[in-house]
Amino acid sequence: MKASAFAYHDPKTMQELNNLLGSLDNIRILAGGQSLMPMLNMRYAFPDHVIDINHIADLSGVAMTPAGLRIGAMTRQRIVREHPLVLEHAPVLAEALHWVGHVQTRSRGTIGGSLCHLDPAAEQPCIAALYDAVLHVSGPRGARDVAMRDWVLSYMTPNLEPDEALLGLTLPVWSGMQGHRVGHGFHEFARRHGDYAIVAAAALVSLDAAGVVRRASIALAGVDVRPVRLEGAEQALVGKGLDQSLIAEVSAMAASIEMMEDAHITPAYRGRLAQTMTKRALTDALNRATGGRNV
Amino acid sequence: MSELDQAQTTRHIRVTVNGVHYERDVLTRTHLGDFLRQDLGLTGTHLGCEHGVCGACTIILDGQPIRSCLMLAVQADGAVIRTIEGLAQADGTLHPVQEAFWDKHGLQCGFCTPGMVTTLAAVLEADPTMDEVAIREAISGNICRCTGYETIVDAALQAASRMRGDH
Amino acid sequence: MGARYFGAAVKRLEDPKLITGRGQYLDDISMPGVLHVAVVRSPHAHALINAIDASMARDHAGVVAVLTADDLGDIARKPMPMMAPAPMVKTPLTQSPLAHGSVHYVGEAVALVVAESRAVAEDAAAMVMVDYDPQPAMVDLAHALKDGAALANKALQSNLAGTLKGGFGDVAGVFAKAAHVFKETLSLHRGGCHAMECRGVMARPDPSGNRIDIWSSTQSPYMVRRALALCLGMDEASVRVTAPDVGGGFGPKAVVYAEDYAIPMAARHLGRPLKWVEDRGEHFVATTQQRDQLWELEVAADAQGRMLGVRGHCLHDNGAYLPYGVVLPVTSMSSFPGPYALEALEISLDVIYTNMVPNTPVRGAGRPNTCFVLERLADRVARELGLPREEVRRRSFVQANQFPYETGMKARDGSPVSYDSGDYVQCLDLAVAKFGSDFKARQDKARAEGRYIGMGIASYVEDTGLGPYEGATIRVQPNGKVLLLTGAAAQGQGHKTVFAQIAADQLGITPQDITVEAGDTSLFPLGIGTIASRVAVTGGSSVHMAAVETRAKAIKVASQVLEAQEADLVLEGGFVKVSGTDRQVSLGQLALMLHGNFGQPLPAGIAPGLSATAFYEARQTTFANGTNLCEVEVDIETGAVKILRYVVAHDCGTLINPMLVDGQIRGGVVHGIGNALFERMIYDENGQPQTTNYGEYLLPLATEMPRIEIVHMESPSPRNPIGVKGAGEGGTIPAAACVISAIEDALSPFNVHLASHPVSPQDLVQLVDQG
Repeated sequence: MKASAFAYHDPKTMQELNNLLGSLDNIRILAGGQSLMPMLNMRYAFPDHVIDINHIADLSGVAMTPAGLRIGAMTRQRIVREHPLVLEHAPVLAEALHWVGHVQTRSRGTIGGSLCHLDPAAEQPCIAALYDAVLHVSGPRGARDVAMRDWVLSYMTPNLEPDEALLGLTLPVWSGMQGHRVGHGFHEFARRHGDYAIVAAAALVSLDAAGVVRRASIALAGVDVRPVRLEGAEQALVGKGLDQSLIAEVSAMAASIEMMEDAHITPAYRGRLAQTMTKRALTDALNRATGGRNV
Repeated sequence: MSELDQAQTTRHIRVTVNGVHYERDVLTRTHLGDFLRQDLGLTGTHLGCEHGVCGACTIILDGQPIRSCLMLAVQADGAVIRTIEGLAQADGTLHPVQEAFWDKHGLQCGFCTPGMVTTLAAVLEADPTMDEVAIREAISGNICRCTGYETIVDAALQAASRMRGDH
Repeated sequence: MGARYFGAAVKRLEDPKLITGRGQYLDDISMPGVLHVAVVRSPHAHALINAIDASMARDHAGVVAVLTADDLGDIARKPMPMMAPAPMVKTPLTQSPLAHGSVHYVGEAVALVVAESRAVAEDAAAMVMVDYDPQPAMVDLAHALKDGAALANKALQSNLAGTLKGGFGDVAGVFAKAAHVFKETLSLHRGGCHAMECRGVMARPDPSGNRIDIWSSTQSPYMVRRALALCLGMDEASVRVTAPDVGGGFGPKAVVYAEDYAIPMAARHLGRPLKWVEDRGEHFVATTQQRDQLWELEVAADAQGRMLGVRGHCLHDNGAYLPYGVVLPVTSMSSFPGPYALEALEISLDVIYTNMVPNTPVRGAGRPNTCFVLERLADRVARELGLPREEVRRRSFVQANQFPYETGMKARDGSPVSYDSGDYVQCLDLAVAKFGSDFKARQDKARAEGRYIGMGIASYVEDTGLGPYEGATIRVQPNGKVLLLTGAAAQGQGHKTVFAQIAADQLGITPQDITVEAGDTSLFPLGIGTIASRVAVTGGSSVHMAAVETRAKAIKVASQVLEAQEADLVLEGGFVKVSGTDRQVSLGQLALMLHGNFGQPLPAGIAPGLSATAFYEARQTTFANGTNLCEVEVDIETGAVKILRYVVAHDCGTLINPMLVDGQIRGGVVHGIGNALFERMIYDENGQPQTTNYGEYLLPLATEMPRIEIVHMESPSPRNPIGVKGAGEGGTIPAAACVISAIEDALSPFNVHLASHPVSPQDLVQLVDQG
């Protein structure tokens, strides 16, 4: 299984990249290669041009900014997973990355690659949705920001013009207000470790000192072409004391959203998984927010 | 597709593999696994699937275990690579992982073995305190059809113990 | 002389090379001037070929040739002979080395593209224009024999290749008098072999055209040699076939394939060495596999739950051709009655042609199938009668005092099948003791907590050591090292170590003193192949015989040299010594003596060389057995199955190397777990394969597999000189049945009844919801 022939380009700057993107047709961007290379080797993709963006400076890195945790698109998943800033400010991202592929995948795979490939069951877009992340795009017409909820145009299609590229994303982190505690949870159902999720759920809750939910975010992967925020469930949580019965009640909402169909998984089963993963993610979030004192 | 520019279909690369410096012209479409095997004659790294699941092609590149079938050879320009052929010392002393595979019957047909050993060498060098659960996760990207994994895990646990300096 | 190495967990001789990346698998072998081949394969499950236009491909830079059946002539057009005769098949169909006029499965080889690199060959393969006329595809096994079903091949009147029938006893009478009769409709699917190394063939013709060297990642180099010699019209002695290091076989690499024929043909035609390496995408569609069987069965039992009789019918998908005859379905048939002392049996099995990849044995062959259906029947009897499942087995097993036990079945040569040795009840009891007796209490407690755990059980008997023979030559070198040559090649089983252990004991040396060469038809004249758990028995016995003979010769010559009685001589440390003295002569010196020198006579009555060749003929198979128990937990919210424990009680007779036997068991069990939970080769209604990569077809990974606890008992085989029975497939045979049994037990509060495998988490959630 050998890739078909292509012209290889390795721009060193964003300017060069923009020029290439603006002037060439039938292109594939090579970032971590963990999704593109299998497609090339199996000849599912046969681009005329492969643009390797691994040599462009300043596309990787993790930093705290006033707007949140900024992660460069080319930051390797391995780095993101272990980065002290991620562990401190967005630990649910590190937890999700535990489920992404295998150690070899994460050595090369990039967060930007996952955000542009947009497999419906991918974990990193799910986390981006959880946080209402802002994605930073650059192109010949300048830079622009795209809200995560506007990022997935359709199946595996990001909000990118043909001559644009993703620079990175910013996660507006949940800082604990005085006396509030943030808890996170991530649960995924996959056939085997490292497989794409069938359904994954990510949850963030902020509880005040009395255990009342002040803020909640629940995102599902694998139910639609884009990660889905369970806004109805989030609203049902705010202002209430979080306990198992409330968790069960809002998790049931996950089963009733419209599910995508495929040849192997029935909507009913997918809904069951959505409900179960949501319940487990919220339970973990509750335990983390309360130091495990509540069940 | 029209005639492609030479610079876009062939590149000159420099790599260090198992301590040896190489310079070669490569076709840009060639993946790193094929480069190591065909161009450098290092056939210890195997190709089991060429789509990034079986792990037989795993090598250590700039300190990290990667699937060589999922990287273009041209992308390895400037990289420092270790393959199965370079894990033992120059005097033939086996890497603790290799030694343990032999002790514990961690291989049968041997085809997945270079990838398994290389993955384990990389992860155990980074963290020799890994327990069985962590070890199984670490090799979840390496498929073995012969052993059922148990003796591989036993080998990894033995190697980890040695690498921690346990007596 | 005691057994120092036989029975010991000797570290493998094979490993130093393999753990340092110095293996020589087919694609590792360099060959100056070699050209690379890509195969153009049918994209249709059933089609006529109107024309092939290779002009664009031939013109592509770097392409040396594009060869179709017509380019290579009659030898490429003529269907390949079946590897095993199947007289009950009226229209035996086999593939031609390259398709000629029609194709019958997606993946069938149509043309060869020969180029300077594989990448260029693949580029050109995409340019070969084949004008196909697609035909309706026969894919649905259940409808294969119904009116209006598409015919899998226009040469057929019906999709029925033939019907196998087997049985014994008064079935009608037994069923009429039985206290209980239960009916089960069962289906099962086994998938591909997925050796981590795919297939591959390399051929180098001699410029004179009179010889050809072939390398193939094969389990049967001698069958490749036979097939090619016949096809090419050459002497077998002019066709050298080598199986190099082979990265797993598991059955399908025993078949002689279209590529095994076509690559050497093409190499001779072009006068160039050629190499073809199968890639994983091809493996899914061009290497044989197993797929579906549909069973309708009834079991008759007495009031105490003893199984008395089984009768029923199977529909068996054998794919588009019969390269291996009907050996695969025959192994299903011949595995009845399993470990059960049935009074009556009546099975008919319809072998069906379909437009999918041909089916041939995959680890276990048809035996896991029969084990699954028998074990489902046994579990059914237990459930209906409210008996413990292990108790139904104890009551129904062949009992220890019944050996040798004639089952009532007939072997292929017409002789009665007779289980030679074993104690099936004791073996089951060993498994039960290892598993522990607290399961029921733990299960009740778990259910009270809303957790669902279950225990599974499966027992089997396996025919091993299939004939006709294997052979070995042992040759002591003047430097005292020993060369052991054999036809019995390995694909990971560790034959070299096992054979060296056997020989080392006889010759008083260490296994490391022995170099074993196997799988090269030019080094050893005759062989059969590594399949069917046969080599420990046949190869091992032949090594033993040759070693015994070599030893006897060494003693005979040494008694002259040392002027001692043969009875006073021992072999130790590479020497023949006179017991209780310091008089000795090394094996090397004896060998040198028997190599002779100009004009110097050899000792009287002694033939040249300190060596011996022996063939062990297995005229009867020898029967291994075992019982597996496992514990699973089912998450009813997701349907996920976790295997918490897996216990194997195993009897394969005498163990030569327990570490290697355990390795075979563990690998086999994990393969069977894969069949229970993960592996399904899916085709759509047009015969298009849907699972053609490892994201779609799921193999077991380390994270989901249990540790496997193994208890051995040894009922030596009386049928060979070393008492061994085969161990290569005993792990796989019961494993799927065991896991399914456990899942059903876990979900019994929901009245779930499992009648098929693989089961997916979605399947289980749906069954729980229905219950």
